[in-house]
Amino acid sequence: MTVAVLAEHRHGTLGGPTLEALTLARTLGTPVVVWLGDAPHADDVARLGAYGATEVRVVDTGATGRIPAVAAAALEAATADVDVVVVISTFVNKETVTRYAMATGAGVVVDASGAQRVDGAIVTEQTVFAATWNIRTRIEAPRAVVGVRPNTTRAVPVDQPLTPTVVEVPFSAPAVRETLVAVEAVVPDQGIALDEAPVVVSGGRGTGGDYTLIREFADLLGGAVGASRDATDEGWIGHEHMVGQTGTTVTPALYVACGISGAVHHRGGMQASGTIVAVNMDPDAPIFEIADFGVVGSLFDVLPQAMAAIREHRGQ
Amino acid sequence: MRVLVTVKFTPDLQSHRSFTDGAVTRIGDDGSMNELDENAVEAAMQVVEAHGEGEVIALTVGGADAVAAVRKALQLGATQAFHVSDDAIAGSDVFGTAAVLAAAIRTIDSQQPLDLVVTGMAALDGLTSMLPTALVAHLDWPQLTLASALEVDGATRTATIRRDLPDAHETVSAPLPAVVSVTDEANKPRYPNFKLIMAARSIPVTTWSLADLGIEASAVGASAARTRVLDASPRPPRENRQVVTDTGNGGTALAAFLIERGLA
Repeated sequence: MTVAVLAEHRHGTLGGPTLEALTLARTLGTPVVVWLGDAPHADDVARLGAYGATEVRVVDTGATGRIPAVAAAALEAATADVDVVVVISTFVNKETVTRYAMATGAGVVVDASGAQRVDGAIVTEQTVFAATWNIRTRIEAPRAVVGVRPNTTRAVPVDQPLTPTVVEVPFSAPAVRETLVAVEAVVPDQGIALDEAPVVVSGGRGTGGDYTLIREFADLLGGAVGASRDATDEGWIGHEHMVGQTGTTVTPALYVACGISGAVHHRGGMQASGTIVAVNMDPDAPIFEIADFGVVGSLFDVLPQAMAAIREHRGQ
Repeated sequence: MRVLVTVKFTPDLQSHRSFTDGAVTRIGDDGSMNELDENAVEAAMQVVEAHGEGEVIALTVGGADAVAAVRKALQLGATQAFHVSDDAIAGSDVFGTAAVLAAAIRTIDSQQPLDLVVTGMAALDGLTSMLPTALVAHLDWPQLTLASALEVDGATRTATIRRDLPDAHETVSAPLPAVVSVTDEANKPRYPNFKLIMAARSIPVTTWSLADLGIEASAVGASAARTRVLDASPRPPRENRQVVTDTGNGGTALAAFLIERGLA
């Protein structure tokens, strides 16, 4: 059974969740990687081999590669012999795999936290309804697509690294009616993407618009900066930082909510995180209902003291 | 401009829900139009208003309660409403739902051509956000999804959107008719006013069955779904939760917790 993993790469560099997806894919069959766009760097091919990829299938999608119909056709061209496709569950990939499924008859589960083969069929696990329910779903179609959330599988290298064969898949992009008028690259303001970060420190209304402490705490913990809808609506921080059902859904090992009340839309985007910590002035804030550890107090008092204690512990 | 908006009935997000035999059971009947569909109706209204002529048509699929979704759209300014309701639709997956919506859209389009179909980016109660793309593929119209801004040029019959993606901001255009999905960044939805609420009451909602749309019952519903929910269970509450009040050492306590868990 060949299982294809769609590589996630931004600005030409392999993204961390691909290795998680590859680790999951190894439990479902023999993993190959599908890489859309310009060919990967040799060190990225080596990393994919270290996590069990037997083959890297490169599809040069050309100038229209960002159009969903083209990406879906490219994925189809690279997966004729494949019965399971694993992708990272992003808004863009959901578009790609929906079109892919329409063309191939595949069954799709997105936002999964895990998958296994049961009697040959793929069974997925998801948390739904603002992460208040766990459901298991069986994919009934002969071909399965699983969209997995970042940070839900721990990436583990194989004992003996493989040297994947790099194969160029013949592809001519279908004609499309959509025209890409402009593409303006987003330069991430930190090295780590919000949806891939192992730690997220978020600030909300309680910051009053001052993210200095939030950024400092995120840096100290090696994490990314998040925000509530209130904060992005105020224009205090860019929408790309918004954690929630319509922004970015995150599942880090540690989520720190500072000055965030915990509205249902926000909780839906972070409630499946490993450990949740909250700092809020309001003892009745709903965020405390889902926090493993909460401090009722001002983030302007609590965060500097916490950072000092952590630095002291580390001997910094 | 004739703009059709697809809308979905969703229960109050705060209401209790459970699963029965793999299907969602909503407890309590507090529900309305999916909140993110308000952005779709608003986008459609703005297109019609900018062109000074045309109308917004609301379409939903679902059980008897789903009519509340198109009623809400009427209150926001839509002037026609369609509701596809049929017992055989229950349990459909996203592809089945999209097939029903596409058939209804083709029927409406054949009576008088549509210029645009607008959807929300996702249903807040949903298990996917795949419907807009599935609808595009069924209709075989150009795809302008996840729009944070939308402009329609009536002279060139072109729609142009902005897509704010994690790695890039895209500007994409396509000829009409096209399918657009809008994000909650696209606009600030208006509130229904008294005049529209009163006017909406007198607008009839056209109800269609699958047979009216020429869809075989076997093509949709649970039996045609490509996925099946095996079981569902409420997530257990987090155990051993602690909340401390900062009386001068809240930060130290927080640090101690993180260090103990190996997180700092």
